[in-house]
Order: sequence, then C-alpha cells, then structure tokens
Amino acid sequence: MAKSKKDVEGGLGIHARRAIAYIVLIIISFFCLFWFYIMFINATRSKGELKAGFTALPSDHLLTNWNNLVHGTLPIWSGMFNSLIIAAATAVLCVYFSTMTAYAIHAYDFKLKKFIYPFILMIMMIPTQVTALGFIKLITGMGLMDSFIPLIVPAIASPVTFFYMKQYMESALPLSLIEAARIDGSGEFRTFNSIVLPLMKPAIAVQAIFSFVSSWNNYFTPALVLHDDKKKTLPILIAQLRGADWLKFDMGQVYVMITFSILPVIVVYLILSKHIVQGVALGSVKG
Amino acid sequence: MNKSKGKVVRYNKWGYIFLIPFIVVYVVFQLIPLISTIYNSFFENYMSGLNQVGPTFVGLDNYRELFKSGDVWIYFKNTMILWIMCFIPQIFFSLLLGAWFSDVRLRLKGSRFFKTVIYLPNLIMASAFSMLFFTLFSDAGPINSLLMQIGFISEPYKFLSHTGSARGLIALMNCLMWFGNTTILLMAGMMGIDTSLFEAAEVDGATSTQVFFKITLPLLRPILIYVVITSLIGGLQLFDVPQILTNGTGNPMRSTMTLIMYLNKHLYSKNYGMAGALSVVLFIITSLLSLLVFKVSGNDKRKG
Amino acid sequence: MKKKAVSALLCAAMVAGMLAGCGKGSDSGTPSDTSKGDASNATESASSNLKDDGKVLNIYCWNEEFKSRITAHYPDYKEVDATHGKIGDVDVVWNITPSDDNAYQNNLDAALLNQQDAPADDKIDIFLVEADNALKYVDTDYTAPVKDLGITDADLSKQYQYTKDIVTDSKGVLKGVSWQGCPGVLFYNREAAKDVLGTDDPDEVQNYVCDWDTFNDTAAKMQAKGYKMISSVNDTYRVYSNNVSSKWVEDGKVQVDDNIMKWVDDSKKLVDAKEAGTFDMWSDDWSKGFYPDGKVFCYFGPAWLVNFSMAADTEGSIGYNGGWGAAQGPQGFFWGGTWICAAQDTDNASLVKDIMLKMTTDDDVMKDIVLDDDDFVNNNTVMNGLADGSIKAKDGKEYSSKILGGQNPLSMYCAGVETLDLSNISAYDQGCNEEFQKAMKNYFEGKATKDEALELFYKGVTEKYPELTY
Repeated sequence: MAKSKKDVEGGLGIHARRAIAYIVLIIISFFCLFWFYIMFINATRSKGELKAGFTALPSDHLLTNWNNLVHGTLPIWSGMFNSLIIAAATAVLCVYFSTMTAYAIHAYDFKLKKFIYPFILMIMMIPTQVTALGFIKLITGMGLMDSFIPLIVPAIASPVTFFYMKQYMESALPLSLIEAARIDGSGEFRTFNSIVLPLMKPAIAVQAIFSFVSSWNNYFTPALVLHDDKKKTLPILIAQLRGADWLKFDMGQVYVMITFSILPVIVVYLILSKHIVQGVALGSVKG
Repeated sequence: MNKSKGKVVRYNKWGYIFLIPFIVVYVVFQLIPLISTIYNSFFENYMSGLNQVGPTFVGLDNYRELFKSGDVWIYFKNTMILWIMCFIPQIFFSLLLGAWFSDVRLRLKGSRFFKTVIYLPNLIMASAFSMLFFTLFSDAGPINSLLMQIGFISEPYKFLSHTGSARGLIALMNCLMWFGNTTILLMAGMMGIDTSLFEAAEVDGATSTQVFFKITLPLLRPILIYVVITSLIGGLQLFDVPQILTNGTGNPMRSTMTLIMYLNKHLYSKNYGMAGALSVVLFIITSLLSLLVFKVSGNDKRKG
Repeated sequence: MKKKAVSALLCAAMVAGMLAGCGKGSDSGTPSDTSKGDASNATESASSNLKDDGKVLNIYCWNEEFKSRITAHYPDYKEVDATHGKIGDVDVVWNITPSDDNAYQNNLDAALLNQQDAPADDKIDIFLVEADNALKYVDTDYTAPVKDLGITDADLSKQYQYTKDIVTDSKGVLKGVSWQGCPGVLFYNREAAKDVLGTDDPDEVQNYVCDWDTFNDTAAKMQAKGYKMISSVNDTYRVYSNNVSSKWVEDGKVQVDDNIMKWVDDSKKLVDAKEAGTFDMWSDDWSKGFYPDGKVFCYFGPAWLVNFSMAADTEGSIGYNGGWGAAQGPQGFFWGGTWICAAQDTDNASLVKDIMLKMTTDDDVMKDIVLDDDDFVNNNTVMNGLADGSIKAKDGKEYSSKILGGQNPLSMYCAGVETLDLSNISAYDQGCNEEFQKAMKNYFEGKATKDEALELFYKGVTEKYPELTY
C-alpha cells in the first residue's frame, strides 16, 4: 500500500501538486485581499453613495473624504502617534519579558518551578476580561488615568505569549547551547540577550506582530483610560467619528479613517514578517 | 561533582531573577482583581442605574441562579459549535499551507507573497470587518444578487436570520481573521526545524507526505499543542465577531450566543456577582478542556 | 489568541469592578447608598451644594455636536484647542467619550459616583443625556434641578412640553434643558404616491396614512404595485412607543404596553404580507429606499433625517430630486435630541445657568442655530415664525425645503410636537426598547412564536436590570 501510494505521488505528484497548491493559494489570497479592496472602494465613495449599497468600482470622493477628515476636529495625526507609541511599547515589553519568563522556566531548575509553570498556564485559562476586574479602580487609585502606562506595562505579564515562547524553546533552543555559552564564561543575563534572543528571532517577530496588532486595534481599554483628545488612539477616534451627530455623520470619512489607520500596521507587519522569513537562515546555521 | 552541583545552584537563582518582572506586573495588575472576582461571585452586587445594590453575601445563590434555567449549557454548546466550525477549516488550511511552504521539493514561487498575505485580514479591526460583511451579505448585497442571478435562490436569503447560516458566517469571518495567525505560528515553528533533516529525508527518497507526517508534525508538536490550546481558550472566549455581527443579540433566538456574550449581558448592569460566578464557571470549563488536550497530546512529560 | 475579544470584555469588566469598588469605598455621604426614594427627598438640602467658585468647567458628552454649538453661538466662548476652551477666566474642558459599547455611560457613571470626592477642578459641571437614558440620570440626586440654578418656568415657557417631560424626574422636578426639538413626520415618496394613490398632495396623502388601520390598508395597495410601505418595521416602532399609556416598568415589574403590542401585531402582518422588511436601522438594506430603485413608500423621521441622512446630496437619490413629501402620519413622535444637565456639586452654577439659558431659551441664539445649522430648535416662537413666514430663511425668502419638493413642512412638525405626551417614560426605556425590538425580530422572521419572543424579551431585560421581575 505504502509503496504504491509513494509511486503514484512520486510519478504524478510534483507538477499536479504544485498546480493545486497555486490554485488554492490564489483563492486564499483573493479572500484575504478582497477586504482591503472593498475598504478602499468604500473610502472613495461619498456618504450618499455608500447608502446605495455595494459597488465593485471606485468612485471619486477619496480626496473629498480625506480633506473632510483632515480638516475636521479630530486630531488624527496625534492619534496615530499615540497608537504607534502604545502599540510599539506594548510589543517590545511583551515579547522581551515573555521570552525572559519562558527562558527562566526552560533553562533553569529551581524549587518553585514545578509550581510556577502550571500556575502561569492556569492564568492563561482564566478569561482575561475577568482577571482585570477592578483594573480601572486600581489605576485611578494610582493616579494613572489618562496615562499610557496602564495600557503598556501590563503587557509584561502576557501568559499566552509566554506559553508560545516556552513551546518554541522546546523545539528550537537546545540546552547544550546555553551550557556552551557558560563554559565560554558568558554571564547569564548576557547569554540571554546575545544568544537566546537572536535564536528566538522568528518567534519574537511573530509575537511582536500579534501584540502590536492587538494593541493597535484595541478600543476598549484605551476608551476607558484616555479622555484627553491629544492622548486618544486611533480606534477611539474612529468610534468618535462613527458616533458623530447627524450633521457630521459621514461613512465615507469613517472608511478613509479606517484605511488610514490600517496603513501603519501593514508597514510594521511587512517589516517584521521579513524577520520571520530570515529565521530560516538561522535555522540552518544552527544545524 | 560537588563543585558542578554548586555551580548549577548558582545559575538557577537566575531562574528567579528572570521571573521577577512577570510576577510583579502580574500581581499588581491582575492577581488582586482576580481574587476580588472570585470573592464577589458570592455576593449580590450590581448597579441599578446609578444606585448600588449590595454587596450582600448570598453564598452560592449566583451559581444556583446561573444553572437554574440551564441556559448556560446552551451557550456553552453554541460556543463549542462555533469554535469547531471555525477551528477545523482553520487548522486544516494552516497545516496544508505550512506543509506546502516547508516542502523543499514543491519549491513554490512567490511563497513569500502568500505567506505575507494570509495574515492581512487580522489587521482589520473586527468592527470594520463586520461592517464589510454586512455590506456583502445584506439582502440587496452582492452575494445575494449573485445567487439570484445564477438562479440558486428566487428571493434574497437572510443570512443572519437562520441558525445555520448565521453560525456559518460567524465561523467564516472568525476563520478568515485567524487562520493566517495560526499559519504564521506553525510556519515559525517549521522555521525552527533543522533543514538538514528535510534534506536528509529527500536524499533517502521520502515522499512529501512521509516527510510531513514523520518529521514535520512530530517536531512541530509543541507548537501544535500551543495552537490547539490557545485556540480552544480563544474559542471559549469567543466574543467580538458574534457580538458585532448579531448586534449583541445572538439571534436567531440566541443560537449564536456565546458564553462571553452572556457574560457581557451581566456587565451591562455591572452585575459583579453574576459575572463573577459565570467567570468562575468559565474558568473551570476551560481548565478541564485544556487539561484534556494536555493529556491526550501527552505533553505531561515536561522536561526539568 | 482572541486578544481583541478578550480586551473588549476586559474593560467592560474593569468598569464593573471599578463601580462596585466605588460604591463600597465611599460608604457615607454618597447618594449611591441611599435608596431611590430617599435620594429624591434629599433634593432640598442638596441644593446648597451648588457653588460658584470653580475655575474649570467640565463638560461630558459623546460627540462634538454641543461643542460646535457652543463654539459658534455662545458669546464669550473662546476655543483653545479641540478639547479646551475659555469663557472669561474659566477653563472649559470637553470630556468626549464615544457612546460605542456604552463607553460614554460607563465613563460618566464612574465620574458621577466619584463626584463628591473629586478635586474641584475635576468635578463634572455639565453632562449631556439622550432621551432613552435621560431618566437614569435625571431620577437621581446626581443631577441638579434647573430651578436650583435659578432658571424659572417662565424662562422655559417657549420650549416644547415633550422636551421637558423627558428630563422630569419621578417627583416632577425638571432637571435638564434642550436646545433641540426633534418632532417627526412621515416622509413619502412622491412618485410612489402618484403611482399608487393617484396624488402626491400632502393633505390627500395624509388621508391614506391618518391612522394605523388606514396605514395598513394602504400598505396592501403599495405591495400590489411592487412598493414596500416602509423599509423596516423598526421604522414605525418609535411612533408606537412614543404613544404608550403605561410605563415599561411599574413597581419593579416589566410590562408591555398595548400600543407596543399593537406594533407587534401590525408589524407581523406587514412582514408576512411582504409589505415591510425587518432590517436594522441604518443598515444598507434599510437605506435602499432613499433611492427610487429601493421602491419604499415612506420613512418616519424628524427634519434631520431627511435633510442630512437620506442621501439628499447624492445624485440619483429621491431627496436630490426633491422627491419626498411630508405628511403628518398616524401618530406624533420624536426622534433624537440632546439634553443638557447640570451635575450636582457643580462649582460653576451661575455659568451653567447662563449656558443653559443662552443655548436653549435665547430667541436670537435659537434663530441663529436654525439658520446656520438647520437644527429644529426647542423654541415655539422661532419655529412658528419660520413656519408662517414671519421669520425669513438665510436667503431672505420664506423657508421651504428643496428636498421635499418645495414644501414648507415646519407647521406640520410644530403641530406634531405639541400633541406628544411623554409622561410615561421610565429609567429602563433604553434597555427595554432595544431588547424588545431585538427579540421581536425573531417572531417577525418566523424563528419563534410570539410567546417565545416575549419570553426572550423578558429574559433579556432581567439580565440587563437584575432588580426587575416579570
């Protein structure tokens, strides 16, 4: 059986399979990119045209919508700046400290480890929305309302990212490597920064993307913490635009703003995804 | 012997040091509120408008109330159905794509492009995404007019008014948003696999299928477990897509109401007691299911 | 990995935690601990809490509407930046939180509960409410009676009664004012009227829609010629619900008014006969009828709907070609509107008073708002003047609406608004109205029996308001 299957595959295989792969990939890509296309289409249409329903062709109101948005009262540039700062800081803290925590569990043997590892896994299973009860009260008490700190610092303790790092280390970070570094006289902290982190590059890039994107798109926490217009992030400003009164309500502007707020994430994603691909080279060097 | 043991102990104190930031932040920002959640599940405690009702200690009344109508189990069932409908195609496509991308013999051109594209839907905010979905699947939207033109249906099909299609749409949207995420996780895992293994297998004349099942999959196991467990946890916490697509109703007749949407209903009145009880139940369910996955996948032989 | 989803609830939960915490933390003195009845009695003594030494005027709102009105029409207001301004030497701080996912109310609730303990510069002075949530705030001690600010009934004599009903608490005390009136009428598609009824004259069309039975008979005629009577049954909901004879909640028990049940029965017939859809308001399907191809006979709405929301600025739409007509419709109703409330413990009482008076009672300001912003203002002198032509529009001519084919609908609005009786609102209206429409959709679409849908409604309401029974 196994043999005949192998023959079929080996004989007919490669070309047919490659063709199938291309077809499937093209269909999938279409489904992924299609949304950006209609978003762009909608951004080019006036609010009246948008009410007429879907069309497949762009209209000519992109500049009008954009001008309305820029000359409106919403501080979109500072919104983008705030979003960038918060999302970037969140991503950096999240991946760095999650890797560090995972490394502590992966590479060391200490008494409390048997307790801490399951404990962190347990944390992960608690619906996050519940673990944060009282969060606002807490930060009000700490005087951190209208500040970026409560949006950034909690990223240090991200059990889900930690779990991924830990799993990744299991398949890609041999302990012998750390031993070798120790023999070379490298300090523990230095070993972590200069040997472990580079080896974890693909995983770090992946999780950095995820945490950047989820922070970038997060509406609810920032909406409760940030009230000064100059400190608001893009999702809050979008919500504000959608909640505009009937005089100013304009879905065309909303779509332009959504498009505008997606561009930086795409750029960040493209930059980071390059590192995921570069990870291949690292893998082979390691071998 | 003694000397090396002393050395190990000296190194291992770094285990604690590296854990400090996580623990400190966790305790400050999450643990205290968590304990208060559990504590509050034993109280009657909500807002009536701007008036505080309670807190009054009621023992297990909130839990009794929760299970009395049996609705929790219906919402649990809905949640699991939605998760399965989303997860199966998601993991199938992710593994398929992962296998293709890592298959040295297939040598796909433009794989860099495809790898990049699959994650893009996740960059769109769920609320914006659902606005687009509404447009497409509305009664007069392009999907309906297409189906009518090919004579498949004679009048517009109300996608969000039928249990099957409403669940299908939620699963589809969720799947689109998250399959790229899963694929990237798996791909990053595959990058970590020593490529010389693949080359050796090729030299030995192994088929792609064999390589995939004998080399890729076993080595990918830690990441796969991660994917299954986080997807399960995420699935149980499914909220934003059905919430936005059904406008919070879980219609038709709450057949798309998930556990967290139900929790959200209690948060409207800041019903700390009921929300707390539901959270504790949710936590127990999640732990049991995750434990099951761990057991089944045999990951309990954690290395020291 | 559903981090987004998680964070959504995370915060909802955080607010829950925070509010619960606040309630516990401030044991003495905050009105939150007193029961509703006691709280209202305390009004007299609370009035001394209004001070006048504030340096900062904090205004809570959910969009920029009020800010743009103040900026344009309040004489001494100077804009500093997007969320700051100055009136004399008082700093004005705009605290704008969008209403998505209840964020505005969550934020406002937290701030109000903390009002007594807040430092002087952070105390709320003014906050805005909508009709559906007005009573939640008005019927508490956190909102100051306008009388305590020194505003008299005579000051407000030109305002429409319904705008006062909405912000009158259970003791009959008025606690807010509005610059807007949003009376609604029925906008009909003139083409369809000519086609089916043989006339597009407003008075004659009115004969076909003068009460609900006639309205439903006309619906059948429309259907016969391929028109939908209304785009969605949700269009008529607010017309029925504005004319109820009992409250949603009486003595802690949820009940459904007869007129609302009439909406259910009428709507079910319309849907079954394909004379109306079940679309959500503002969805693409709902707004199809803004264009001739949508084949919808009428919409219900106030002036702003037809002026700004029905694609009148887009070529090809009915409004663009002046193809709408306005008729009184079966019953009077209103839609929208924003009310200004003064927070108890405000430390800028006389400034708040002045803003309220200037922005809602001053004839000149009112007239400017009508002419500049196309708002329908809460002032019968100005509106009647525009209706009968004694006040001219900006171009010096008598007011007429191009969108309505040259009709001057103002007297119609004015007549409708006088008949409104909104004494039957309750603090639970927002939740009840939302849950009711959502639950009934299942019945209309044949997914549940009427009893099952009602059961779902009761379930939904008691989840939102645990203190209620049914």
